[in-house]
Amino acid sequence: MGSYNWNWPILVKEPYFGWIVSGFGKTILIAVLAWAIAFPLGSAIGMARTTETRALRVAGTLYVDVFRNIPLLVQMFLWYFVVPELLPAEWGRWVKRDMPYPQFLTAVVCLGLYTASRVAEQVRSGIEAIPRGQRYAGLAMGLTSLQVYRYVLIPVAYRTIIPPLTSDFLGVFKNSSLALTIGVLELTSQARQIEEYTFAAFEAFTVATVLYCLVTGLVILIMRIIEARTRIAGAITVGGQ
Amino acid sequence: MLGGFDFAILWANAPFLWNGMLLTMQLTALAVTGGLLFGVILAVLRLSRVHPLAWLVEGYVNFLRSMPLILVIFWFYTLVPKLIGRPVSGFYSVLIAFVMFEAAYYSEIVRAGISSVRRGQIAAAMALGLTNLQAMRYVILPQAVRNMVPVLLTQSIVMLQDTSLVYVVGLRDFLTSADIVASRDNRPTELYMFVALVFLVVCFSASRLVNRLRRRYAL
Amino acid sequence: MIELTGVSKWYGRFQVLANCSMRIDKGEVVVICGPSGSGKSTLIKCINGLEPFSKGTITVDGISVGDPGTNLPKLRSRIGMVFQNFELFPHMTAGENIVLAQQKVLGRERAAAKTKAFELLTRMGLAEHAAKYPAQLSGGQQQRVAIARALAMDPIAMLFDEPTSALDPEMITEVLDVMVKLAEEGMTMAVVTHEMGFARKVADRVVFMDQGAIIEDANKEAFFGTPRSERAQLFLSKILQH
Repeated sequence: MGSYNWNWPILVKEPYFGWIVSGFGKTILIAVLAWAIAFPLGSAIGMARTTETRALRVAGTLYVDVFRNIPLLVQMFLWYFVVPELLPAEWGRWVKRDMPYPQFLTAVVCLGLYTASRVAEQVRSGIEAIPRGQRYAGLAMGLTSLQVYRYVLIPVAYRTIIPPLTSDFLGVFKNSSLALTIGVLELTSQARQIEEYTFAAFEAFTVATVLYCLVTGLVILIMRIIEARTRIAGAITVGGQ
Repeated sequence: MLGGFDFAILWANAPFLWNGMLLTMQLTALAVTGGLLFGVILAVLRLSRVHPLAWLVEGYVNFLRSMPLILVIFWFYTLVPKLIGRPVSGFYSVLIAFVMFEAAYYSEIVRAGISSVRRGQIAAAMALGLTNLQAMRYVILPQAVRNMVPVLLTQSIVMLQDTSLVYVVGLRDFLTSADIVASRDNRPTELYMFVALVFLVVCFSASRLVNRLRRRYAL
Repeated sequence: MIELTGVSKWYGRFQVLANCSMRIDKGEVVVICGPSGSGKSTLIKCINGLEPFSKGTITVDGISVGDPGTNLPKLRSRIGMVFQNFELFPHMTAGENIVLAQQKVLGRERAAAKTKAFELLTRMGLAEHAAKYPAQLSGGQQQRVAIARALAMDPIAMLFDEPTSALDPEMITEVLDVMVKLAEEGMTMAVVTHEMGFARKVADRVVFMDQGAIIEDANKEAFFGTPRSERAQLFLSKILQH
């Protein structure tokens, strides 16, 4: 790499420093908002797949199968280019013309719905890992199905799936980078932009890499603390993928 | 609603789209092979008694798993020509990126597979007088492989979807080819829905097959 | 035949075995019993070197187990071991389980190994299950295959680590019957078990362990008649109620 001119100081000069900060901020915002959609929605779908009602199970399975078998990038394009065309006329017009932050919102919705399918799978395996006897014991006491979920199944299931959920949460941060394909200026795209303007490829990408690693490390640390605080003695564990 | 759509455009551009599909399949096949080979090496090193080596591999795996694949693609796309000293075709840079990235995931699967064999099995093998090597060969590896294969296959299906990310460096895979046609003729709906459908069918069938395999060969 | 002298073992700070000494002569059947955590499983695993020990010596047929120069796989091939969880290899049929070590460790011809395997399975009454996989067999059947697997090596002694603890009650008898027959044929056996009926029937001596130490080591009549230690008495009274 003899012909490479190192240029670290450029990273702290404006406007490049500002780009990095705003890119990082966007990455975090997309991830957090997408998770805010994914977690409740995914939980609902995951639980639906464990109920006795066939219709709910089928609907849940359909959702997961569709969202998991289409690449995330293709989903992004579908949401940004195709969905506005398919919506009823006035909605389509609003989305295309009047909706604020179209790329950003599209990215959040796309990522949120995709991640919901992953959360659904974790929730489902967490609940299914609980022995059937627990559910029967709850019902035998006179609890309704809903109460059994609330007091017996969910408290245990969610504790056991903390590791794989953490993995999915980190996935949201990493997948936020796909938003750059529809024009959102998140961290990775800003790094690329700096590279294109300054040719300081190594420096720019290193900053992005370091920031992603930092986020990952922090999230894992927080999750370990949460896991330690909420541990149940002798509980079952569900593996993460 | 369906009236305004022109699906003939798919037929008209079939050869171009097919070439894109070929590149996707090529990339996937090579990346899976390379990633698996490298992943197995990493897993073996990780399980070895040489602590600095195991530690190094663990660092590599954790590092690569903290980064988005797009960033890794950018890294290798800009770095590989610089390291080699002359321009390299995008395909090779991207292939190296995929191999390095997926190897981290494959190595975790392999490692988990070997660790999943019950400790009692090792004790029983040793009690019969089998040496370490014999125990590995006849008792542990056959079971580990059976446990690993479904997960490895599932990861490969994920890899197939991941290859669509070559879009960011303009490599003409299936999605990018479709995108080119979509922009040129302003028909995003037909093209992207077609791409989505193809992936849906392929990945869904593949995962069904893996499930069937898992049920047949589960231990 | 098997001699333990002053065997002690620590897991970090925790002492698992405390100065255990005992001997098992050729043809003797020794039952080792005691509460959970008394170290009896660990002790028996030390005999064939599956568990290392920190202090003391163990010799089997004159060979020192703790000696770094000892060829452990060779020694282990001469001692048979039966585990609580059977530990049949799930990817092989019952027959193949019995053939594997004969071929790869003793170097027997495959045909001879298969004949021997079939012979042993017939002795157990399991001949028609030779081509079945462990998952297709009941617990009692699996354990008997495991015993056959160990016997196929023509061992000089057999070690049993709670062989019936993982079995449903109705299958315990079929396994114990096999073990009784083995004892009557003169096999040297060390058996960790809770089955006192078995001990009464065929044991020559009973060893009682608690908290890593051997509390009592007496011949059968003495042990069941008047155990010398309070601890053993308490244990016996609890276990003989069932």
